[in-house]
Amino acid sequence: MVEESSNKTVGVLALQGDFEKHLSALYEVGVNGKLVRTETELLSVDGLIIPGGESTAMTKLIMTFALEEPLTEFVKTKPVMGTCAGMILLSNQTDSDSVIGFGAINIELERNGFGRQLDSFSADIPLEFTNGNPFHALFIRAPKILNTGEDVISLATHDGETVMARNSNVLVTSFHPELTDNLAIHKYFINQILLSKENLN
Amino acid sequence: MEKGSFEVKVGLAEMLKGGVIMDVTNAEQAKMAEDAGAVAVMALERIPADIREDGGIARMSNPKMIKDIQKIVSIPVMAKCRIGHFAEAQILEALEVDFVDESEVLTPADEKNHIDKNKFKIPFVCGCRDLGEALRRIGEGAAMIRTKGEAGSGNIVEAVRHMRSVIGDIKALTVMSEDELMAESKRLSAPYELVKQTAKLGKLPVPNFAAGGIATPADASLMMQLGAETLFVGSGIFKSEDPPARAKAMVEATTHWDKPEILARVSEGLLEAMKGIDISEIPEGQLLQERGW
Repeated sequence: MVEESSNKTVGVLALQGDFEKHLSALYEVGVNGKLVRTETELLSVDGLIIPGGESTAMTKLIMTFALEEPLTEFVKTKPVMGTCAGMILLSNQTDSDSVIGFGAINIELERNGFGRQLDSFSADIPLEFTNGNPFHALFIRAPKILNTGEDVISLATHDGETVMARNSNVLVTSFHPELTDNLAIHKYFINQILLSKENLN
Repeated sequence: MEKGSFEVKVGLAEMLKGGVIMDVTNAEQAKMAEDAGAVAVMALERIPADIREDGGIARMSNPKMIKDIQKIVSIPVMAKCRIGHFAEAQILEALEVDFVDESEVLTPADEKNHIDKNKFKIPFVCGCRDLGEALRRIGEGAAMIRTKGEAGSGNIVEAVRHMRSVIGDIKALTVMSEDELMAESKRLSAPYELVKQTAKLGKLPVPNFAAGGIATPADASLMMQLGAETLFVGSGIFKSEDPPARAKAMVEATTHWDKPEILARVSEGLLEAMKGIDISEIPEGQLLQERGW
């Protein structure tokens, strides 16, 4: 299914968070995965996943290790996926100064918009691209998407709210596809964004 | 839609990986920890080094202090309850803390029973000295395990002992045949199903963090290299001479634990670490790690 991608490498930003889970998912899908902690490592990959974790902690580490500029540049055009905290970092607006938003996808959101851990939940949600097959999604102190721009396509909703979205090169989820065994979302990222971008080029 | 399930509890522990969880005693320290890049704060009235020095009964923190901290930071807020004190845990759940630490740092409330953590919707972390203790706590519903180490000592030796013991016993499990696993589960006094699951995974079924005596960036690297997935730093930050700089250095060291040149750079210029104590100087019966089983 993804044989063409065998020469592509997808990086996983590994400053903090559940980056190992994404790396395992890439391995399962059959794509080369690589942990990214430095600019040199970033420049060696074809696409990037920003994992779940704490967006404030990741922001500090991005600043400390001078990754703000190379990341901002990378996420503008390269294939990128962000889950939970990763989505926050890719959005164009956040509710706080302590978190950086790269503005790679035109969405506004509220951090922890679904509440504290006591409100964290799982839900089976249908995805636009799996013929309505439900995806078991874990929402952990999840960010809530408040608005999306015209160039943003919603790919899944929960209680009428968008929880997964994309534009031409960026895919984001409020929940954590890396915490379940279902690879549908990672496969979608590889086939519909990483490889399709290649086709466009 | 389901809240409070085991996978949702473990999910939060997964998010904390590769980070530092810092002990704080007020809102100001909590803000400093968040600004330094902590992934969570542990709200407690006295840090372990002071509990050790002051003596007396150490209990759950005042709800007012916990609320003040929840207001000021956006990262998860954890709090400790006494071993076996499920009423304290119920109060912490009502306060909507993000994680409860059933902790040997506080004075135990029950010498026989730990809390039945499966009954709660909030996740729990528990300390352990070996694999058997870790699996007993997971059997009771803990969503995260940490080494006990020796809290408030500033001495890494006990955390190393506990992490090596856990990892060593897991390695041994992976090469055992099915019939040996039952005997091993008897030896460990651990639930058979969890022993089997751990043998298959080659790691604990929940995230495995380190705590107890971590005081320097080098300590952080040591524990990560021994297999810890995240670090708790208690007295190590606020008992040092420059808490903000040390907090930041610990965070950077935990990300780049495998790069000695970066560890050297972040350690440079730090003022004195906490003084610490040799374990042999701790009077018999006063080791915190011996609380719980």
